[in-house]
Amino acid sequence: MILRTKLFGHNYEFKSIREVMAKANEEKSGDRLAGIAANSAEERVAAKVVLSHITLEDLRNNPAVPYEEDEVTRIIQDDVNVTIYNEIKGWTVAQLREWILDLKTDGEMIKRVSRGLTSEMVAAVCKLMSNMDLIYGASKIRITAHCNTTIGLPGTFSSRLQPNHTTDNPKGIMASVMEGFSLGCGDAVLGLNPVDDSVESVARILKSFDEFKNKWEVPTQICVLAHVTTQTEAADKFNAPIDLMFQSIAGSQKGNEAFGLTAQMLEDGRQMMLKKGTSTGPNVMYFETGQGSELSSEAHHGWDQVTMEARCYGFAKRYQPFLVNTVVGFIGPEYLYDSKQVIRAGLEDHFMGKLSGLPMGCDACYTNHMKADQNDIENLAMLLASAGCNYIMGVPQGDDCMLMYQCTGYHEAAAIREILGLRPIKEFELWLEKMGFMENGKLTPLAGDASVFLRK
Amino acid sequence: MNENDLRKIIEQVIGEMKSTASLSSGQAVQEEVKNEKNITTGVIEEGFIPDITEVDITQQYLVENPVNKEDYAELKQYAPCRLGIGKAGARYKTDPLLQFRAAHSAAQDAVFSDVDHEFVERMGLFTIQSQCDSKDVYLTRPDLGRKLTEEGAKTVAEKCKKNPTVQIYVSDGLSSAAVAANVADVLPGIIQGLKSYGIDTGTPFFVKYGRVGAMDQISEITGAEVTCVLIGERPGLITAESMSAYIAYKATVGMPEARRTVVSNIHRVGTIPAEAGAHIAEIIKLMLEKKASGTALKL
Repeated sequence: MILRTKLFGHNYEFKSIREVMAKANEEKSGDRLAGIAANSAEERVAAKVVLSHITLEDLRNNPAVPYEEDEVTRIIQDDVNVTIYNEIKGWTVAQLREWILDLKTDGEMIKRVSRGLTSEMVAAVCKLMSNMDLIYGASKIRITAHCNTTIGLPGTFSSRLQPNHTTDNPKGIMASVMEGFSLGCGDAVLGLNPVDDSVESVARILKSFDEFKNKWEVPTQICVLAHVTTQTEAADKFNAPIDLMFQSIAGSQKGNEAFGLTAQMLEDGRQMMLKKGTSTGPNVMYFETGQGSELSSEAHHGWDQVTMEARCYGFAKRYQPFLVNTVVGFIGPEYLYDSKQVIRAGLEDHFMGKLSGLPMGCDACYTNHMKADQNDIENLAMLLASAGCNYIMGVPQGDDCMLMYQCTGYHEAAAIREILGLRPIKEFELWLEKMGFMENGKLTPLAGDASVFLRK
Repeated sequence: MNENDLRKIIEQVIGEMKSTASLSSGQAVQEEVKNEKNITTGVIEEGFIPDITEVDITQQYLVENPVNKEDYAELKQYAPCRLGIGKAGARYKTDPLLQFRAAHSAAQDAVFSDVDHEFVERMGLFTIQSQCDSKDVYLTRPDLGRKLTEEGAKTVAEKCKKNPTVQIYVSDGLSSAAVAANVADVLPGIIQGLKSYGIDTGTPFFVKYGRVGAMDQISEITGAEVTCVLIGERPGLITAESMSAYIAYKATVGMPEARRTVVSNIHRVGTIPAEAGAHIAEIIKLMLEKKASGTALKL
């Protein structure tokens, strides 16, 4: 392992893999905030050069947090397939990059190698990829999962219907649910971020979603994004119908503790779902992540936000989720400064999730204190769809009045499908056709008329 | 069209090109502009295009020929979201598109512009600054926004009443528009309210580029029993003018966040600014009685 190089005759020397990994990142305000970013554009490139020569074995032996100290590290390391790892451990990061991009390498081959990778390797190769590399590489990897329907099949593009409401008003939520479905949104999941995350309220909303889903025979899955323990209690105490169990996750044990979470809680939640959940499965979990969350809870252990994000995916894989998405621009400008950084992070996260073997989606979003606007997020959504992203979000016109941020709107998935020749999940498309909202993969004149669900 | 006709047309076109070219090109452009101008001035009319930001999105219903207009219009009133907006192909109609952009423009201006210096002076406040020296640094370095400059700390120590029961101050936070819209009602409201309970207050001031955590250092400098900051919230699209009051009993640097009590959502369609002052004064009174704040204080 050599941690030194020259650029234009100047020496660049790094003290550790951790320093190389941080400085090899594309510029992010979060790495700067953590005090670990490259000090100049040249130093950034020097770090990339050094990283390109590091072997996968070196990366496996230098996890971000020691094995003994961190259950996320233990899960990532214990889940490595040793046979596959032994085949590739001598590769440099540059070799891994070119192998992924190679014409002869297909998605199935990448999925196999993926089982021999740790999250640090996934992060490392991501740092050597340009934006188009990230799209090109990810587009080869199709990860499907089954809950009530199958997500991620080639030629499909899905969306989450996110009918958030400032006070969880049941009528207001349903108005939003109806309009979302009428625009072809919601084949990934109908999922609400609750304001009131009491067990009673979560159970009440789940029941109303279940009722709607059954009445209109919508082939999708339902979810209320409360803590795992709250959802379990809602199922236990109130018989709440749950198709998908949600949880926010982080890339270190300490980061998960900030979410009030342990690996055991996730496993217990999943077992509860397999036993009492209302969905077919076998994939019954839904996770959200996002670069910077470990730093914000001082749980990054001095590592950069791309590596910590990759570790979320290594952790998530253990629980065979149906949905995983990064909430890429939610955290604010101190982590992702502007649209350029958000777009980069969105493509990185999608690529790393897919390379980790996850059915990856993305909440392409921004807050109002970032230098970004709706045009940027439309750009990112288009790029993600080109990269084969499984799903994006859908809220009324991209304006989430409850979470006070903007993301993709109900109309976006429909437009992207039409532009790129993609379709919703098959059963869902047939349902849209039956309802009169879609024809030959395009919205009909009736689409967008939520009052269809109130027909007398 | 036969060959002769075609030839005639070509000859005509070439002829016209020559005659245009014979004018100096500058002249030709001037002629064009003049004509254009005449046409435009002719149709400018009096009046205003209606203010798109005054549209109540809960009432707006743009779907063409809905199946059951009455019932959905009734239902959507319960959602403060952009619903019933119809579509242009698989895209948005022009009105909602521009309404959205207007709301976002207000939010961006609220974040990226500074509180008017004259307004601060009119409120009788002196100004100090956090360790951020620009808006950019403020947005990317929350740690610096929680600390005062050495000079700022000195100014507070010199100008402010020592050991007041309650120290109130104002900070821009993430919305200068929130400060401009609410402080003139809320600040006197709190002082008045506390006065009626016989509780004394310290010397108010303004912190530029301040984060909530700066209140801990300010509490330590002034020695106040309770410290309260009125600070601009991160704007949403529904309003860019939302302000919060963060209040803590004997705040100290490094204390857990859970020790802060917050009154959020202060704006003209949330907690009304005129009423917020009295509400905050009541909370502070309780805080002084119970000698606790945040999660330790049951409201």
